[in-house]
Amino acid sequence: MKKNYGIVAAFDTTPALYQACLQVRDAGYTQWDSLTPFPVHGLDAAMGMRRSQVPRFSLTGGLIGFCTGMSFIWWANAYEYPLIVGGKPYFSPMFAFPISYELTILFTAFATIAGMFLLNRLPMHYHPLLKAPQFVRASDDRFYIVIEASDPKFNPAQTRALLEQAGGKDIAEIEE
Amino acid sequence: MSAHSTDQAAQPAILAEVKPAIIPRAVLVEQNRDFHWITEKVCGIVEGTTPTWWWWCFGLAAVVASFTVSGLVYLVSTGVGVWGHANPVNWAWDIVNFVFWIGIGHAGTLISAILCLLRQKWRTSINRAAEAMTIFAVVCAAIFPVFHVGRIWFAVMPGWLFPFPNSNGIWQNFRSPLEWDVFAVSTYGTVSVLFWYVGLIPDLGTMRDRFTATGNMLKARIYGFFAMGWRGSNRHWSNYEMAYLILAGIATPLVLSVHTIVSFDFAVSLIPGWHTTIFPPYFVAGAIFSGFGMVMTLMLPLRAVYRLEDLITQYHIDCMCKITLATGTMVGYAYSMEFFIAWYSSNPYEGFAFINRAFGHYAWAYWIMIGCNVITPQFFWFKSVRENTTLVWILSIFVNVGMWFERFVIIVTSLARDFLPSSWGYYSPSIVEIFTFFGTFGVFSCLFLLFIRFVPIMPMSEVKAVIPAADPHAGHHH
Repeated sequence: MKKNYGIVAAFDTTPALYQACLQVRDAGYTQWDSLTPFPVHGLDAAMGMRRSQVPRFSLTGGLIGFCTGMSFIWWANAYEYPLIVGGKPYFSPMFAFPISYELTILFTAFATIAGMFLLNRLPMHYHPLLKAPQFVRASDDRFYIVIEASDPKFNPAQTRALLEQAGGKDIAEIEE
Repeated sequence: MSAHSTDQAAQPAILAEVKPAIIPRAVLVEQNRDFHWITEKVCGIVEGTTPTWWWWCFGLAAVVASFTVSGLVYLVSTGVGVWGHANPVNWAWDIVNFVFWIGIGHAGTLISAILCLLRQKWRTSINRAAEAMTIFAVVCAAIFPVFHVGRIWFAVMPGWLFPFPNSNGIWQNFRSPLEWDVFAVSTYGTVSVLFWYVGLIPDLGTMRDRFTATGNMLKARIYGFFAMGWRGSNRHWSNYEMAYLILAGIATPLVLSVHTIVSFDFAVSLIPGWHTTIFPPYFVAGAIFSGFGMVMTLMLPLRAVYRLEDLITQYHIDCMCKITLATGTMVGYAYSMEFFIAWYSSNPYEGFAFINRAFGHYAWAYWIMIGCNVITPQFFWFKSVRENTTLVWILSIFVNVGMWFERFVIIVTSLARDFLPSSWGYYSPSIVEIFTFFGTFGVFSCLFLLFIRFVPIMPMSEVKAVIPAADPHAGHHH
């Protein structure tokens, strides 16, 4: 027999989803999620989520990029092959700045995207939710709340009752 | 009369309560379309059969693109002598076209990044196509600096463009704006592709789900591969939106720096007409101007062919026209300020360079530039012009032409008449150069046609998020 992944409920409008998220959050669930075709304004707070950690990756990437540019140009021009150009010093942060600036941006971009994928645990091409046929509408025009069976407060009957009370439609169990 | 004046006197001089006038915001999606309609409309373009006009356009674009291919094959197999530049104009067609195409790319990043930071919601229906335009314009731009070295294998060999030492162990000159340009343009190309791809992920997820539902598993797998398993989880959206915001935040200084560094290619030299401090802001304004010209050239036919009037509304066209007007006027200001500074500096070479631009051998190019870049956008002051889509499209073509001539005027006139009259010359492009440039429009069109055939041309998730039904508070402020 297949394991139960969780219980899903559908909502037709964003206000309905928003109110339901408040109720699920206040009921004390932690292993749950909402699926929406677009980012719904204010839903992070309604789900009790923390601020995204992506900026830490970006900052690290940017600092590495800037230092790479500066130290590489210093190494190439003042250390590895010192060469006098135009009677100027071997190294100055002024002329190394434009390249370091561009590398800051390049490394920040890569770090930001890598951070986003890492935090979201993507790519993940196999997921119980992707196998469920009703989710074609989660990327179109319908909104879902999924409460996972792994949640410590999960109880098939009570969880279903909570979602029903919150106005969820087409409540169903999803197989692992 | 007297009764009227007593009425007025009876009213209090100060209102008890001030009611602010309610000015309705322009709707971004007309006819009150819902989420599902947006999905059907945008996905329908990709899922439907290939229209006949698409094949005709693609065939034509491929024929035009073959001009670039032949021009480049002839160049590489024969040598750079097949191009018309010679002393004193050693930098001509190639760099004109490079700056022209890079400039066009800038509107895409402006729409997706700067307008995102400024919370201009109207960007949502045009940003995907504008970003695609950016990437394809950078591809066309990159052809020229790579091939202008003639023996192109040197462009990728150590010691030339990319930072590897040459056979004597000497590194690139990192003091040179040309080397800065290598970094700026390659960063710009890379970040534009990344930004575009991140924006695409949720829509590719939608495509995957739709193909899965209709049982087209091959397409579902292809789109699904690039969708990275996106499932619209709000915990994902949170990180995604933060990443998108940061990308917008870094793409903004990037787009400004790229054309600034392109302008340094000229401004850091000593040639009269190039050695000016106004170049960076003037180049950036010109780039955005030309980019919006190209966005309108592409989007207006697309809107008509695919009946996208509810998504690209008159309000969107108005906004684009106004930005074109603003940046075009800035460019016009820069032209006049260049003249003023040339006179005010009392530098005879600088003064001559500008008199020569307007009244010398290349005066024809100068006045085409002024006509297209300064006069054309002024028509956008009039609402009746902005509402006439055909006229807007024609004016946008003039903008494209004018901005090409701007680069031609700046580059060629300054080099053809430098300090020493003994070295003066006159540059005309060879037929090979003309064909190579002409063909890049085909390269660009081929890529753009492939884009509209295989990729959702509008960010569905972003358009859905700006319609009234997306508001979780149903219009009540919290």
